[in-house]
Amino acid sequence: MFETIVPLLIDGLANAALIFLVAVGLTLVFSVLRVLNVAHGSFYSIGAYAAASLGLWVVGAGLPGWLTFVSLVLSAALVAVIVGPVIERTLIRWTYGKSEAVQILVTFGLFLILEDLQRIVFGVDSFYEDTPVQLLGSIEIGGVVYLTYQLVLILLAAALFVGLKLFIGHTRIGKLIAAVVADREISQAMGINTNRVFMIAFSLGVFLAALGGALTVPQAGVSPGLGADTMVLAFAVAAIGGLGKIEGAAVAAVIVALARVLTIYFAPELDAVAPYLVMLLVLLVRPYGLFGSATTRKI
Amino acid sequence: MPLLPLAGGAIIALVAATFAFPWLEFVLTLAIAKGLAALGVAILLRGGLISIGHAMFFAIGAYATAFAMRDFGITDVFALILISAVISLAAGLLIGVYVVRYRAIFFAMLNLAISMVLFSLLSKFYGVTGGTDGLRVGTPTVLGMVLEAKAVATFLFYASIAAMVLAGFAVNAYFKSPLGEALSAVHTNEIRLEYLGIPVRGVLLIAYGLSALLAGIGGTFAAMTIGHVLPDMAYWTDSGHLVLVAVLGGISGIGGPFVGAVFLELVHTLAAGVTDAWNMIVGTALLGVIFFMPKGLIGFIRPAKKGDAA
Repeated sequence: MFETIVPLLIDGLANAALIFLVAVGLTLVFSVLRVLNVAHGSFYSIGAYAAASLGLWVVGAGLPGWLTFVSLVLSAALVAVIVGPVIERTLIRWTYGKSEAVQILVTFGLFLILEDLQRIVFGVDSFYEDTPVQLLGSIEIGGVVYLTYQLVLILLAAALFVGLKLFIGHTRIGKLIAAVVADREISQAMGINTNRVFMIAFSLGVFLAALGGALTVPQAGVSPGLGADTMVLAFAVAAIGGLGKIEGAAVAAVIVALARVLTIYFAPELDAVAPYLVMLLVLLVRPYGLFGSATTRKI
Repeated sequence: MPLLPLAGGAIIALVAATFAFPWLEFVLTLAIAKGLAALGVAILLRGGLISIGHAMFFAIGAYATAFAMRDFGITDVFALILISAVISLAAGLLIGVYVVRYRAIFFAMLNLAISMVLFSLLSKFYGVTGGTDGLRVGTPTVLGMVLEAKAVATFLFYASIAAMVLAGFAVNAYFKSPLGEALSAVHTNEIRLEYLGIPVRGVLLIAYGLSALLAGIGGTFAAMTIGHVLPDMAYWTDSGHLVLVAVLGGISGIGGPFVGAVFLELVHTLAAGVTDAWNMIVGTALLGVIFFMPKGLIGFIRPAKKGDAA
């Protein structure tokens, strides 16, 4: 049993690490902008397409293999710097203070446009570029062989979680973000440029999602429909953790990974259902998610 | 009382269109089927609730039809519609008991999660549901008569118009009843309703059941018209499309969702020959309507009057 569970667990955690990056971006954007971005999953697939294109170009140009690692992060950063501010300034900004229905619809419209744009630019073929996985190779622990890349993914997600907490708690811009989350109006009164904070937080969310997408390319490639599939998983993870809670997203990602491992082991056909069942159960007991708190009702 | 001329105008326009272009029959039947589901979504929007999972009831209605045909040998069109209606209503009330406890984003996401559970189950259990291949739906019989496929298609077209008109008048009556007024009041201020002693969850549960019923009837029409059901019918982007159809047409009245559905299906059919960037067109149209035409497309057809519910 041990020999089967542990590889499953590593695989599950490696996938959870990528979903965590999307979910934490979603939850960060929600806490700062108070907008649930239905198009967030598209940034994951855009990041993946960008990384695949850049990676294939690096390999094709005969550049040293280690540059593919750089290309993964670089493509995510490029997506964040180009796509993030443009979309926040034009579309998302317009929905601030509007009802959830309008926000969901506007971002759904954006999702449809982004999905088609990707199909037009990148076509319907799948892309694979697995140089990073090959370079890292595999290691053997207790008689079982693991892909080093998957272990790196798990460590990287953990490091990003810690880094994000430190960033928000200990840097100037992070503290500004925390202030805007705590009270938008008071922050404005204190002279914080909230529009700038919104743009930075949104772009950071885009970066995290795009990085998740970029990191998935070496092990699973990218194909059409990736953004839509990732979106719902990220929703589930963010909702389980409590919308707007970074710790929540991390804990929820681990719980979802464990739930999937258990279902794959005992009832493989229910694998895809596990995240949603966990979400339904958690919200039944805690209506605002694990780390969420009830909002006061106004008369 | 603008509903009667609206219904009359819709019937004449739809029938005239199929006499001029017979190939439109299939497109319009499907549009009305989706319009029924979008009307269900519009009911919830009236209560301030947005569901991005309502395609699940569309799928439940469609699969109920497929199962009734395959496993129980029921082929009569009216029996199939009735069975699908009862099953989708039951499913709506069952799921409704859980989801009406939530509001806003959580309501939206729970509907999404449940619809994804249904989608995954439909895709995985190959033996029962046919997996991702879906199930074939045969040609139904009409009151014991075995007709050829073309005649059944025409019959389904007129039946869907009848269902649309019936649903339109029924939902209109519901909106004007105390129950329907209470639903709008949930949107305005839920706590005031509680102070008045009106059970908010009960009001929402009835609305949810009704919306599931409409989506299910839409689903059974789609299943019989297309002759095939697929798990993709329950996928979350289809649910998003239903909300889109409702908002595009306008959610202030009964006609909006159907106008939205017919408009989208027509554009889809016409654009198919020119470009495949279909989602981009729809997404842009949605943004345009939200930004510039808060009353939806129906605002063009029916000028806004005093006292129109916003």
